[in-house]
Amino acid sequence: MSIRIENIQKHFGRSRALSPIDLDIRDGELIGLLGPSGSGKTTLLRILAGLENADPHPSARIHFGERDVTRVHVRDRRIGFVFQHYALFRHMTVADNVAFGLTVMPRKSRPSSAEIRSRVYQLLEMVQLAHLADRYPAQLSGGQQQRVALARALALRPDVLLLDEPFGALDAKVRQELRRWLRHLHDELNFTSVFVTHDQEEALELSDRVVVMSEGRIEQIDTPEALYRAPANRFVFEFLGDVNTLEGDVRNGVLTCGDARLNAELPQGPQTLLMRPHELTLGHAPTSDAHLPVTVTAVVPVGADLRVELSADWLPAPWLVSARHSDVAELSPQRGQRLYARPLQWHRFDADGQRLDAPEELRLSA
Amino acid sequence: MSPSTLSFISARPMRVLPGFGLSLGISLTFVSLVLLLPLTGLVGQLSKLSLAEYWHVITEPRVVASYVTTIGAAAAAALINAAFGLLLAWVLVRYEFPGKRLLDALMDLPFALPTAVAGITLATLYSSSGWMGKALAPFGIEVSYTWVGIALAMAFTSIPFVVRTVQPILEDLPAEVDEAAMTLGARDGVAFRRVILPHLWPALVTGTGLAFVRSLGEFGAVIFIAGNMPFETEITSLMIFVKLQEYDYAGASAIASVVLATSLGLLLAINLWQGRFIRRLHGGNS
Repeated sequence: MSIRIENIQKHFGRSRALSPIDLDIRDGELIGLLGPSGSGKTTLLRILAGLENADPHPSARIHFGERDVTRVHVRDRRIGFVFQHYALFRHMTVADNVAFGLTVMPRKSRPSSAEIRSRVYQLLEMVQLAHLADRYPAQLSGGQQQRVALARALALRPDVLLLDEPFGALDAKVRQELRRWLRHLHDELNFTSVFVTHDQEEALELSDRVVVMSEGRIEQIDTPEALYRAPANRFVFEFLGDVNTLEGDVRNGVLTCGDARLNAELPQGPQTLLMRPHELTLGHAPTSDAHLPVTVTAVVPVGADLRVELSADWLPAPWLVSARHSDVAELSPQRGQRLYARPLQWHRFDADGQRLDAPEELRLSA
Repeated sequence: MSPSTLSFISARPMRVLPGFGLSLGISLTFVSLVLLLPLTGLVGQLSKLSLAEYWHVITEPRVVASYVTTIGAAAAAALINAAFGLLLAWVLVRYEFPGKRLLDALMDLPFALPTAVAGITLATLYSSSGWMGKALAPFGIEVSYTWVGIALAMAFTSIPFVVRTVQPILEDLPAEVDEAAMTLGARDGVAFRRVILPHLWPALVTGTGLAFVRSLGEFGAVIFIAGNMPFETEITSLMIFVKLQEYDYAGASAIASVVLATSLGLLLAINLWQGRFIRRLHGGNS
């Protein structure tokens, strides 16, 4: 079921939680709403669910497929909602929790109790919890409770599945597992899902498309890959990963900052260059186009990569460089070692944070 | 230091929180002096009576009539309080409105107000010449000097018990739980009955039980509005008072012991039942 949002905005008292928002979600998509806290992502999700009302406006519309649900009550919207803290009914068994939506249906349309039982069993099988059907929620782990919540939300075969920070309260390993499992379930059952997260890794890993939000606005809507490669503005760029900043004065094609120099064909005057950790390399000696002396302050192995932290007098904030173990084997960076950094490419944004140009490759003069 | 003192010290379990011995000692002394000693005195008084005399005192027809009046009125008051106390707690927890803090503070007034003040106020208000009394008279409703008045006075003094026991439980119940029920299509009534009420049951029953027990022993507030007609509007506390005025300490203690036993039995039953319920809520039954 596709979702179309037009001109939805929301104020809480005087403060604006959402600027007017338009958003189209295609049938079967898995969409991540990503943003820092206070960016309005949860408000948007709750408005979609009908748990919150958007400000009344004649052109404010929410469509699920062809159905206009703008004024439809939450209980009639046919959504499944998964809460951050599960919101399971603690006095009911796991099976009763999952069956709840079916047992409160009006008597006319309610399935027989045998049908309900078999449907609940199916759902519990799907979330691999059939053996815990008679337990109470307090007897389950966080990950199991979240899977019960998911089974409960799916019991009524909703048009749209909405998840509010679904993995936020779980520890890292369980979160990783559940993420993969949700992606798999989504592909298998093919419903339309929207989830909220403040974790960029989660958004990038799980979503078909990511909606990046800040201060009640949508900053960018794109596939994870495009988002990472070509962020629309400085906020998106900085929010999506670690950033190294180089601020300096450009004169005659050379950017200087203290004893650091870098050949860069840029307009005269102060410039700010931003680089991802993997967009820098390290060497024992300066090159003809880059003279950026740095001192290694920490070397941390992170999975397949080695993360090297750098500092220098001319750097206001330390830099992070990530490289494959094999690529820096010859260099074998040690704490306290003096090395030279060299950017492979950089990103520039104007004073309003808009992207200035495509990433510029450093012209190799060697 | 000799080895024996050393072993004595190490044999005592280590406690991190200081002051256990002192605080427990003082607490127990206080409980003994203020709670247990008077109760022992009551039992001591009873020993002056033979079993037959005891039975005779507590089954005297006038006293039995007072049991009926007291229990009936207290039950009515407790049920009224259960309904309105739940509503008040709900309103105080779930909605924001101007004057909420004031209403919240007002809930404690029956605790703070001398019960005699409440009794006199109610009696004048509902007597045949009072505002409410005059307003209700055309409908043939008499409040003062009937058991309705007794129930009213009891309800007045015991409403905080229900509100104050239900309120924190309701505050602990996240609004997400209601929302979850609604996203699953539950109508408001169904959501309340199947999702919220089960959580409130223990607190509601405890609060109602406390209100009932409190009403059983209420004296000051009731006595002015009850009219105190033998066999009709006399409450058990008044019977105790009457015995005391006749210097019949043993008889007074006998009747008091019935009230005490009823109250204690009820409180114990509620506690046991609640313990079972809470264990289930926390998943301890397997």
